[in-house]
Amino acid sequence: MKAVRIFVRSVRDALKSSIRNFSLSFASIMCTTVTLILVAVAIVCAANVEKATKSIEDEMSIVVYLNQNVTEEQIKNVEIDIKSRSMVTDVIFKSKDEWKMELAKYSTTFETAFNFIGENPLMDSFTVKVDDIKKLSDTAKYIETIDGVETVKYGEEMVETIITIFDVLQKVVLVIVVCLLVVTAFLITNTIKLTILNRQSEIQIMRLVGANNATIKLPFIIEGLIIGIIGSIIPICVTIYGYVILYSRLEGHLFTNMLQLIKPYNFVFAVSFALVIIGGLVGMYGSLRAVKKHLKI
Amino acid sequence: MKLIELKKVSKTYPNGVTALADISVPINKGEFVFVIGASGCGKSTFVKLLYREEKPTTGTVTIGGLNVGKIKNGKVYKLRRKLGIVFQDYEIKLLTKLTVYENVAFALECVGMTGKEIRPKVMKALERVGLKDKVRSFPNELSGGEKQRVCIARAIVNDPKILICDEPTGNLDPETSQDIMRVIENINNELGTTIIMATHDLQIVDRMKKRVLIIQKGVLTDDIPPGQYKAPKKEKGEIKKDESSKDIC
Repeated sequence: MKAVRIFVRSVRDALKSSIRNFSLSFASIMCTTVTLILVAVAIVCAANVEKATKSIEDEMSIVVYLNQNVTEEQIKNVEIDIKSRSMVTDVIFKSKDEWKMELAKYSTTFETAFNFIGENPLMDSFTVKVDDIKKLSDTAKYIETIDGVETVKYGEEMVETIITIFDVLQKVVLVIVVCLLVVTAFLITNTIKLTILNRQSEIQIMRLVGANNATIKLPFIIEGLIIGIIGSIIPICVTIYGYVILYSRLEGHLFTNMLQLIKPYNFVFAVSFALVIIGGLVGMYGSLRAVKKHLKI
Repeated sequence: MKLIELKKVSKTYPNGVTALADISVPINKGEFVFVIGASGCGKSTFVKLLYREEKPTTGTVTIGGLNVGKIKNGKVYKLRRKLGIVFQDYEIKLLTKLTVYENVAFALECVGMTGKEIRPKVMKALERVGLKDKVRSFPNELSGGEKQRVCIARAIVNDPKILICDEPTGNLDPETSQDIMRVIENINNELGTTIIMATHDLQIVDRMKKRVLIIQKGVLTDDIPPGQYKAPKKEKGEIKKDESSKDIC
């Protein structure tokens, strides 16, 4: 009970102090706000990039065309060889007759052309899927070497460009966010340092009347936490309203239907929760640094 | 019964200044002891050793059987809960945004007491120092003597075994100083609290007829029993720093 009373008192003191030193706290709150807005943007981007990568992975496949005169046995051997690769998740065979029927159904021009040629000019094929988009290129190169394989198609340039863009984007955002978090923690450290200097008499009295170290330090740590949490309010609103509006404006996808955005419900609340936690942790980290450095007990 | 004991205590600060050298003195429970000497002779260091603001360089300081110098920094608060401490600079030591009541209650809130436990203790302490009618006043509405009495109330609110006073009348006029001394003497007489008071006000020391420890240049030169100390004749009022060093040290 005593611990609870001391905690409640610390929260009360921290709130009072935040209000009393509002002009000082305001700068830290604003810095936290700006940082957390960027963190929110980063999280939203990263999550959507992740989702896009996943859907591209699902869509991306290798199409393996076999030689014209390939035998049934050779087809079986190619299939076994492809399936033996650990990264291969799915292999679907389509015979040249199936291709012919499909194309003839799709357009009468093809049907006329096939009738004119007489024999089927198409090739048997396998559609191969892999578990990681980054392994697409290597897998394709391997399949190309298998006996009976004529050619392999997998949109190599597009895949590599997308992977590079996403990788760079994620790294840049991560670096920016880490830098901003450090700056915010530093600002909060300064705010709490000034609070500590402001309250030297109080700290001195607390020491002399026998308050333990935790009781003296706790209000400052909670003040940092409060700054962090208040700083996360605007970013949460921006995330919730911003993402919902963005989602409805873009009709749920970016550029193409392949790049579907994450549905707002649940996602925005998860991001908001993350923002509160990050804000609180950065605030507490900043105040802990200040307490460690400037509060000599 | 010995409550405080200093055995061969020396204190040398990191800058090489020796504030106290080889001091040994026992203090009994309920005693009222003055520590006098010129400015810079080691009085403040003496009291700082008692509330473990400083650690002795050599020797031991024992309070109630506890070796104060051995207490870890994180555990000093346990010792301080048994002590009351009053300083000269009451202006700094009162929280200006709190009322008299809140200033005294602050000491108990810090150690986690409830409002119900705090109220009677605070009222009792304020009554003892004669400030019961000023509970709602703010420090800037009080005189110097009243502010110092608030500090005393805060120091005794937790019923300490020892009250340590470092020049509590230093900033007060003689009449107010006498009032403060009456309050402290009452605490000693009625509550049985052991009082250790560092001062350079020899007139007060003379009038109070208590045990006197005289420190000169960090050395305990005299331990005068109650009623035997006589202030130097020349000095009628509060002695000045240079004069005190001439007459005492």
